[in-house]
Amino acid sequence: MTMGLASEPSAIVVEDVRKAERTDRVVGTIQRQGALAVLIVVVLIALATFPNFRSLDNAATILVAAAPPMLIALGMTFVIITGGIDLSVGSLYVLGGVLAAWASQYGILAAFLLPLAVCGAIGVANGLLIAYTRMAPFIVTLAALLGARGLMRAISSEGSDTYLVQNDAFRKLGNGSFLDIGYQVWLVAALVVIGMVVLARSRFGSSVYAVGGSEDAASLMGVPVRRTKVWVYVLSGLLAGLAGAINAAKLGSGVTVLGTGMELDAIAAVVIGGTLLTGGAGTIAGTIAGVLLLGVIQNLINQVGNVNSNWQQVISGTFLALVVVAQTYLVRLRRVT
Amino acid sequence: MALLEVNDVSKIFPGVRALDQVSFTLQPGEVHALVGENGAGKSTLIKVLTGVYQPDGGELSYRDAPAQFGTPMDAQQAGISTIYQEVNLVPLMSVAQNLFLGREPRTGLGLIDRKRMDREAREILTGYGVTTDVRRQLGTLALGAQQMVALARAVMVDAKVVIMDEPTSSLEPREVQTLFGVIRDLHARGIGIVYVSHRLDELYQICDTVTILRDGKLVHTGKLADLERIKLVSLMLGRDMAEVRREGATAFSGAATGDTDAPPVLRVRKLNSRHKLHDVSFDVRPGEVVGLGGLLGAGRSETIKAIGGAYHLDSGDIQVDGKDLKKPTPVRAVEFGIAVQPEDRKAEGIVPGLSVRENIALAVLPRVSRFGFVSDSKVNEIVDRYIKRLRIKASSPDQAVGDLSGGNQQKVLLARLLATDPKVLLLDEPTRGIDVGAKAEVQSLIDELAAEGLGVVLVSSDAEELVEGSGRVVVLRDGVVVGTLTGDQVTTEDLMATIATEATREH
Repeated sequence: MTMGLASEPSAIVVEDVRKAERTDRVVGTIQRQGALAVLIVVVLIALATFPNFRSLDNAATILVAAAPPMLIALGMTFVIITGGIDLSVGSLYVLGGVLAAWASQYGILAAFLLPLAVCGAIGVANGLLIAYTRMAPFIVTLAALLGARGLMRAISSEGSDTYLVQNDAFRKLGNGSFLDIGYQVWLVAALVVIGMVVLARSRFGSSVYAVGGSEDAASLMGVPVRRTKVWVYVLSGLLAGLAGAINAAKLGSGVTVLGTGMELDAIAAVVIGGTLLTGGAGTIAGTIAGVLLLGVIQNLINQVGNVNSNWQQVISGTFLALVVVAQTYLVRLRRVT
Repeated sequence: MALLEVNDVSKIFPGVRALDQVSFTLQPGEVHALVGENGAGKSTLIKVLTGVYQPDGGELSYRDAPAQFGTPMDAQQAGISTIYQEVNLVPLMSVAQNLFLGREPRTGLGLIDRKRMDREAREILTGYGVTTDVRRQLGTLALGAQQMVALARAVMVDAKVVIMDEPTSSLEPREVQTLFGVIRDLHARGIGIVYVSHRLDELYQICDTVTILRDGKLVHTGKLADLERIKLVSLMLGRDMAEVRREGATAFSGAATGDTDAPPVLRVRKLNSRHKLHDVSFDVRPGEVVGLGGLLGAGRSETIKAIGGAYHLDSGDIQVDGKDLKKPTPVRAVEFGIAVQPEDRKAEGIVPGLSVRENIALAVLPRVSRFGFVSDSKVNEIVDRYIKRLRIKASSPDQAVGDLSGGNQQKVLLARLLATDPKVLLLDEPTRGIDVGAKAEVQSLIDELAAEGLGVVLVSSDAEELVEGSGRVVVLRDGVVVGTLTGDQVTTEDLMATIATEATREH
């Protein structure tokens, strides 16, 4: 038998609840906005110390350079929130660029559609394998990384053939600007806004969080777990292919030697942006801050000039480690309350 | 006209016939108790009803039409909602999001209407006694509140059938009353309820009919009011009624008071932890079982965790065998001979993926290893000894603990604690969520261990278990010791009286 006595909540308990709610809010804000705060601080310091940083031109340069990584990180945010990982995006980015450059001879539409179709298809394969065979995303997308890289090398004769962009309209897209800001930045900005709305305000977005938060619970609550998983990898593949295409448009050719390690940069940006690597929580706003933070650091190191650019990776790595430590601590703080 | 009907359904797993031609009928507006020991087939039946499993034989009919639920989604859309034993929500999402997941109110553009969602969530949850900010992450709520959210969610989906799997196992008495209010409301609306619980009082309080399963087979179905308690228990256990009667409700042999002259093996003085514990003091003698009584949230679990070094203390003294345990940490507590069985055995106790052998061995590794190497034969010897000693039912020591029944998992955990050679055993809800048979075994084990000279601290929400198992009961309320029951006072009546009188005096 149990004790059937009702106990009134005492003042202490009520105060505890209030305190817990307050802690939860504060910690949640730090988790979501931490990267943004660091970005602002770094930018303010840069503005004060580097005269060359302070130009609109430089800001536009940073944004143009950040456009392809932003697209990849956008897809990666969805994937990581479901608790997965997509290692294939670096390879897909290069493959997309080569395909776009080659296809540009058939018009600007082909230059976009071919990379999207191929990278999207690889995304579908990733998603189906991960969702239906329950293979680890790490392994599946590692296989796709190798496969896509092989495919790229096969169609470019070991990377020695460089396809030049044949289409002027396509090339203009990569180098023209509107209001002094490159077209690709506007395109990426539009996609990012759509991505934010989808993640935060659509049922698909809710499913993404639910799958990453607790797959079993999500499936018992009627969330289409497999379909959601397939879609995030398709999305990630499409965005990586698109990133490759806009990069090809900017460079005027399908460069085969770039893109190694792009997937790791994207993962770093997403995690720095406050998305939990274990899934279930994260925001695109955070990812934007993460991408820009890495971009600004890169830009600053270029400004200093005499510093070896490899230091950029050391600094990014340090940031990443700090963020992961902070995240672990914040998550625990939130649970205790 | 039956709402939900199951005819001769079977479900076979490798080596086990989990359901063997079971039939089950649920009428509209009926509260139907589904009972049986762990492994009787209740969970399997529920999973067949909710589309998680497909039956290997037999048929389902729902609202007078043959039905087949391929996925949980199918069952849910048809109007069959389930609340599982472990809260099955997404802890990182907000309370409101959990409530509305998959059914979010949308604006004209097809986007989720957050404001409306939060407002409706607040309104709905107020009816369930949950008044927290609905934008909070669900995982930061107390377990009882999370359960209420799960219930609210189930009820919200235009459900015709609500299946509740041990819904009260993490609720406070006040919340149980709220839950029963909701159940009565559902009953009045003609919704059929399948109620799974191990708490007999609750069953008789709320259920109309009962179906009893044992070893995957149907053993009885009928009106609950016509079935004597003793008969119900005997049907569940498959034991002789006279035997059950002779053994009483719990398997404790009587008050384990230990040697009243012996010095205490555990001495706790003035434990303080902000908001939770205020000057908690008590002694435990060798061979004595001291119960910690009180309502949920009274500080019982906190006391136990604090002694085991897993809960922050602002001040207080702990002595084991006369030695001061200063600044307790889990490692130091084990060194001093304190073994803690945590309340949530899944989260804090066993490692489900490891085998029985490995789980038990975890605790003894320091003792059987030399220079970091482990002697297999020594481990096996210890493991075998405890498997026998605690009557752990596993196909072999290599079976994964996660595959065992709740009762056997608990025994593995006990084995691991005992393998550290403790002087004091702190048990937090040792029989929660395990079936009646295993409960009795765990209870007699506690008795035996005390008889061998261990000091035992027992926390249990089951008042009968507490008074029958303890030689002395220290009663806590809001983190304060409000009384100690000894000798003839150790009865449920005295326990409640102690809590109640103190409660009224303060107001």
